[in-house]
Amino acid sequence: MSGGVDSAVAAARAVEAGHDVVGVHLALSRAGGTLRTGSRGCCTIEDAMDARRAADRLGIPFYVWDFSERFRDDVIDDFVAEYRAGRTPNPCMRCNEKIKFAALLERALELGFDAVCTGHYATLVDGPDGLELHRASDAAKDQSYVLGVLNAEQLAHTFFPLGATPSKALVRAEAEERGLTVAHKPDSHDICFIPDGDTRGWLADRVGAERGDILDRTGAVVGSHDGAHAFTVGQRRGLQLGVPAPDGKPRFVLEVRPVSNTVVVGPKEALATAEIAGERYSWAGRAQQPGEFGCHVQIRAHADPMPATAVLADGLLTVVPETPFDGVAPGQTAVLYDGTRVIGQFTIDRTVSAVPVDA
Amino acid sequence: MSDPQIYLDHAATAPLRPEARDAWIEAAATVGNASSIHGAGQHARRVLEEARERLAAVLDADPIEVVFTSGGTEAVNLAVKGLWWARPADADAVVLPDGEHHATLDAVEWLVGQGAPVRRVGIDSAARIRLDEFSAALPGAAFATALVANNETGTVNDAAALSSSAAEAGAALHLDAVAAFGHVPVSFRTWRGGARGRAGLVALSVSAHKIGGPTGVGALVVARGAELAALLHGGGQQRRLRAGTQDVPGAAAFAVAAELAEAEREAEAARLGALRERLVRGILSAVPDADLLGDPVERVPGNAHVLFRGASGEALLFLLDVAGIAVSTGSACQAGVPEPSHVVLAMGRSDAEARQVLRFTLGRTTGDADIDTVLAVLPEAVERARAASGSRSGAGS
Repeated sequence: MSGGVDSAVAAARAVEAGHDVVGVHLALSRAGGTLRTGSRGCCTIEDAMDARRAADRLGIPFYVWDFSERFRDDVIDDFVAEYRAGRTPNPCMRCNEKIKFAALLERALELGFDAVCTGHYATLVDGPDGLELHRASDAAKDQSYVLGVLNAEQLAHTFFPLGATPSKALVRAEAEERGLTVAHKPDSHDICFIPDGDTRGWLADRVGAERGDILDRTGAVVGSHDGAHAFTVGQRRGLQLGVPAPDGKPRFVLEVRPVSNTVVVGPKEALATAEIAGERYSWAGRAQQPGEFGCHVQIRAHADPMPATAVLADGLLTVVPETPFDGVAPGQTAVLYDGTRVIGQFTIDRTVSAVPVDA
Repeated sequence: MSDPQIYLDHAATAPLRPEARDAWIEAAATVGNASSIHGAGQHARRVLEEARERLAAVLDADPIEVVFTSGGTEAVNLAVKGLWWARPADADAVVLPDGEHHATLDAVEWLVGQGAPVRRVGIDSAARIRLDEFSAALPGAAFATALVANNETGTVNDAAALSSSAAEAGAALHLDAVAAFGHVPVSFRTWRGGARGRAGLVALSVSAHKIGGPTGVGALVVARGAELAALLHGGGQQRRLRAGTQDVPGAAAFAVAAELAEAEREAEAARLGALRERLVRGILSAVPDADLLGDPVERVPGNAHVLFRGASGEALLFLLDVAGIAVSTGSACQAGVPEPSHVVLAMGRSDAEARQVLRFTLGRTTGDADIDTVLAVLPEAVERARAASGSRSGAGS
């Protein structure tokens, strides 16, 4: 129970369904503030208090479990390391993978619980080959993408009571009816461990901010930057290039090279990515057999799924979209869907441009 | 759990004594500000001063020396900050043993932020304050502070020795007797001994809710000769040391609870000591690698502070809670998360061990059946907590 409306209503529904429910708030940061500021972040004492009061209202016991060390090791440090390596990670996925449905679930099972129930928007379906993870009814709130890292074993010990609810507004209305004080609490945004929302500044403190060159695709220096980590593939704003492009068109970040601390820019067309591949994959339910299969692929939490062909061979998963992606950063997660069903996911290690350098 | 069948956290707060509750209700039902001049005020004042006299008698102090506060934390803050602010011009530094309660630690830390130098004094593996280090740190100090009984591990220090060494060094001493009062003999007069003026024991903190009184009531015993600055300023009540309308019902209830605790103390010490021995023996035979922490003899009778290797205290607390048994890790919480115990760390244990302790504190309502149930439930809980604490899960790692 994060202290937000979703987990509070999820807990209420679990109680109503007759489960023996215990509320658990995860302490993920020991440096959390005391009070909320705006809609950012989580893990303040006020959030823990909101969660506690929701549990009180539901008449269930409530505990705060400290996963701050694991969160630091597996999510925050990983986030920094990924940026250092020039990749763009999704810390919420990492948290689901390593904390909520790993550390928390393992601990819960050891302590005698049967499952973890969360306020995520996604649905579980009993399919012919076991449990399947599907998109939520409310497309706008669907969180199946960030849950794509869950495997069959994790799904078997998970409940998502909100997945079938057609809209978040209904969840808020239900919270209000149930007398939960968090009914109108704003949704949390951004990265919870960067409470002021200044990801660049936060990274600069940890990765360092060293001046480096901005190059075009031919290798010519067209500007400078204050730290390559601050850039992500597809980014247009904040480049401050001294030399205009010959054709006068806007330029976008095509590549981040952390070792040489350089950023490569080029025209929008050059972002087009014809192929993505990775070796770190998992299946949300039954395992995919080696070979070729059709699917939809989604490469960001709020990106549209694209029809694609995937090939699993020799431990490498390669995906070719019907039409090229518009900018992909290594480190991003690609989630594969079969209709509404999540097939699985992989971390993008390699991308192939749709446009040759001299195009 | 809302209604624990077995409450073994008396050191956190003890069940309210019915007699204290009745005294509170009776006083609260009568209107009157103890500082008012009229009849209603005089009545309230009479109830208040009777309570002060009765509490003073239990503490073996003069009534004028008893200053009521909002609890132990305020009493400690008044002593620590008040003694520092009113220190003699030539005195420097606060003498602070390791493993003190957070009321003391955080108050001293705040003074450090104001420029106060600190002389730290170690505790030994049983959490006893090292007397030689303590004595050596005293000369020239503004004051020293020390726990009579450690609230986590239950170890009882030699308060008489601490007091006489402060008196000899000419340094003021505050004793935090919150965890000791009602469980071991506490005598302000004896410990102050022949000390005069601001030297030796000059202040002693106690709290009502640890002995069956209400929460929100405590007292600081302040020797006549002490130089102490006030935290609160206002109406000049209580020797100008603690302004604010006086809490007559709270004082009345505290006095009743203190008298009862003192009247029962020796018999309860024997009874609870025997129960604790049975609990500890049972734990050690079921979990052979468990360790009783703290001084095995010189300890608060109802306290069993136990290290369960490999089992996170947080997980154990949860498992026992689910089984209807209320215990504590003993350490301070930040937003519901137990910190590694600074006391256990100061006793020379590792960070991991400082998260693997449980504090069982027995009290007035504890009986044989409670111990039976705990011993029946504990072995499986330890096994389970060890499994849950493996593979770096949560705070037990």
